[in-house]
Amino acid sequence: MSDVLRMEGLRVEARGGRVLVDDVDLSLSKGEVLGLIGESGAGKSTLGLAALAYARPGCRITGGSILLGGVDLCALDAAGRRAIRGTRVAYLAQSAAAAFNPAIRIGAQVCEGPIRHGLMSPKAAQAHAVELFTALDLPQPQEFGSRYPHQVSGGQLQRAMTAMAIACRPEVLVLDEPTTALDVTTQIDVLVMLKRIIARYDMSALYVSHDLAVIAQIADRIMVLRHGRCVESGPTAQVLSAPRTDYARALIAERRAPESVTGVSTANAPGAPPPPPLLEVHDLHVGHAGQPIVKAVAFTLARGETLAIVGESGSGKTTLANAICGQTAASVGRLHFAGEPLAAHFSARGREQLRRIQLVLQSPDIALNPRHSIDLILGRPLRFYFGLRDTALRSRVAELLLLVGLNPDLASRTPGQLSGGQKQRICIARALAARPDLIVCDEITSALDPLVAEDILVLLRRLQAELGTAYLFITHDLGSVRRIADRVLVMRQGSIVTLGSTADVLTRPAHPYLRKLLASQPQMRAGWLEEVLAAR
Amino acid sequence: MKPRGMRTDTAGSPRRPWSLYIGAGGVILLVGSALLAPWIAPYAEGQFVGGVWDLPSAASWLGTDNDGRDMLTRVLFGTRTTVSIALLATVLALAVGIGFGVVAGAVGGWLDELLSRCVDILLAIPVLISALIVLSVLGTSTPVLIGTIGLLEATRVYVVARAVARSVNVQPFVQVARLRGEALPWIIGRELLPNAAGPLIAEGGLRFCFIFLFIASLSFLGLGIQPPTADLGSMVRENAQAINFGLMAPLYPAAAIALLTAGINLVVDWLLAAQSRPHGHGIEL
Repeated sequence: MSDVLRMEGLRVEARGGRVLVDDVDLSLSKGEVLGLIGESGAGKSTLGLAALAYARPGCRITGGSILLGGVDLCALDAAGRRAIRGTRVAYLAQSAAAAFNPAIRIGAQVCEGPIRHGLMSPKAAQAHAVELFTALDLPQPQEFGSRYPHQVSGGQLQRAMTAMAIACRPEVLVLDEPTTALDVTTQIDVLVMLKRIIARYDMSALYVSHDLAVIAQIADRIMVLRHGRCVESGPTAQVLSAPRTDYARALIAERRAPESVTGVSTANAPGAPPPPPLLEVHDLHVGHAGQPIVKAVAFTLARGETLAIVGESGSGKTTLANAICGQTAASVGRLHFAGEPLAAHFSARGREQLRRIQLVLQSPDIALNPRHSIDLILGRPLRFYFGLRDTALRSRVAELLLLVGLNPDLASRTPGQLSGGQKQRICIARALAARPDLIVCDEITSALDPLVAEDILVLLRRLQAELGTAYLFITHDLGSVRRIADRVLVMRQGSIVTLGSTADVLTRPAHPYLRKLLASQPQMRAGWLEEVLAAR
Repeated sequence: MKPRGMRTDTAGSPRRPWSLYIGAGGVILLVGSALLAPWIAPYAEGQFVGGVWDLPSAASWLGTDNDGRDMLTRVLFGTRTTVSIALLATVLALAVGIGFGVVAGAVGGWLDELLSRCVDILLAIPVLISALIVLSVLGTSTPVLIGTIGLLEATRVYVVARAVARSVNVQPFVQVARLRGEALPWIIGRELLPNAAGPLIAEGGLRFCFIFLFIASLSFLGLGIQPPTADLGSMVRENAQAINFGLMAPLYPAAAIALLTAGINLVVDWLLAAQSRPHGHGIEL
């Protein structure tokens, strides 16, 4: 049998009978990389973990078989399964920081697998770890193992985690969104590293991701999952160029869109007098503990305009948003809103000013009070700002829910009973309840699945056309910038790199940093990764 | 291949463990019978029914105590007294501790600093010593006992309440409420407290156990509830000598103390586990 891993009719259920993976067949031959793609809840991580005969707490593998080199893992007892985990199938988690014990040196954690499984003596394991560190281009491989996880950078820790996973030379590697938490520029390095390591040690891999473009670069075959079922599977090139199902087509179209659409037409016709600015930021400095985070930032935002603020993590874009919302006390500079000066801290701002600037946050899960009903969440700003009560309040809540494309019946639910996309719509409705002039959107689509995020962007554009609200759209995703922003402000290390109209900035990037950022956006073309590397 | 069940290494914890039923059963049995003591006890609280430390018999199932009173009657009344006082002291401790703790956590700044340093001072002195000083100065009336224990234990509740309030306070939904311009009562009453309720309820249960034991130890030292009122701590002390004659007498009130605190702990363990259990549909984490 040539298949290294084979699953037949696999079924995983959660306690309470919900089916997470339903009758999925999967095969993986030697040296092959299978990409598992789907939105959250599609069962792709559950399927990846099943390759280790593992189910999350509260879940059970209830049917089917998992054959690893001809041995059925379901038939093994706990000791038997423990023996194959790490040695023959290894798991690579999303967060490298969470995968390491912060109190133990990296080297000891990398050596633990081979020693515990009795594959190597401690000395041989150490030598092997150094060899792996060298293969993974880690600095000073001899000494690297003696460091603690907090003493190395995020990218290095990601490599160390890979070393830990392949320390026992497994035949199958399960990669669970290994680049999702990384910046686009770091993502490329990690992808290249993973691709090289898989080829070098002739491993097979299951690559779990929600990003089709990333999978396109690394997978030989793709399996599209939805609601725990396999929707479509086939060779990468075939699935990307000729998807057979509507769902796969929608996923691909969403990812293709930013490559074709460039910029939204600016709100004002050329030649018209510029409207008075809604928000003016003059020479803004924000620091924390003596370290400058935002340096000399100045820009203006017109009514009904969308300005995107783009940058990697640590570029100061969220700090800038916080300063505008008045959440950083230690800012120096002048803020003007609708011609009036804006106090640095929100507690010194009037209720009217607070009402006119609303904030929508990244994670809708924690931005809504889990103990409040949707009624209360949307009703409170209406009552607080406009004194609405009883019937008027209820009808306005229903109106808001319709406005963001939700069923008014949801009003009686609590946030825990809604999906991620619905929760983000509630967050937007809560901001709209205040009838604001400006909504600060802080990475509002980055925690959402691609298709859901696309819907949210469409919603924001429609609301802007209807209500004339200005958006300050903070993101690290250039794809969404193209689809929503009139102008773009690119930040790096706290300073403005570029400020201009979306079309200008993205089609004729003037700054080398921006060119690098643009080049790092994964594209679905096969061979894109190699092109980027060659261009470096 | 025939589908068949497969045990995973981490089959989640069952919904209601047997320890919960044992704990809850013990607590209900003991507290229930104590509350009904005046009606179900075979004799009156201070009635002399036999000799000193009589062995168990049909007339007095658990024998008699050091003064010839019925042990079962005394245990029932003693539990009743100790539980009532512990309950009142717990309510006081929770009200004061949660009140100040949540305000300190929500407001922060100098108010938090001031309250927390005052609590630190009280925490630095062993609680038994503070209680002994206060009780020997003010006397050992029941209101003084409740007030002293309640306020001393409130410092412990304060620490927990403040920590929980602070962790909820930094959640984005509280941030949104503050940015809306909400005043402190809304922030505390509607945003913080509902989300802090779980850990605080668990703290309340544990605190009740500590206070219950504390009252028993004060009584054992002679500074708690005064005779002839029965209470579990002083009953252990009064009957302690019986151990020398190989008699069970002091073990009955001691067993009541153990049963009640262990039972409450089992219930609180379940509450805490229910709190920390992952909920919602976080399947693809």
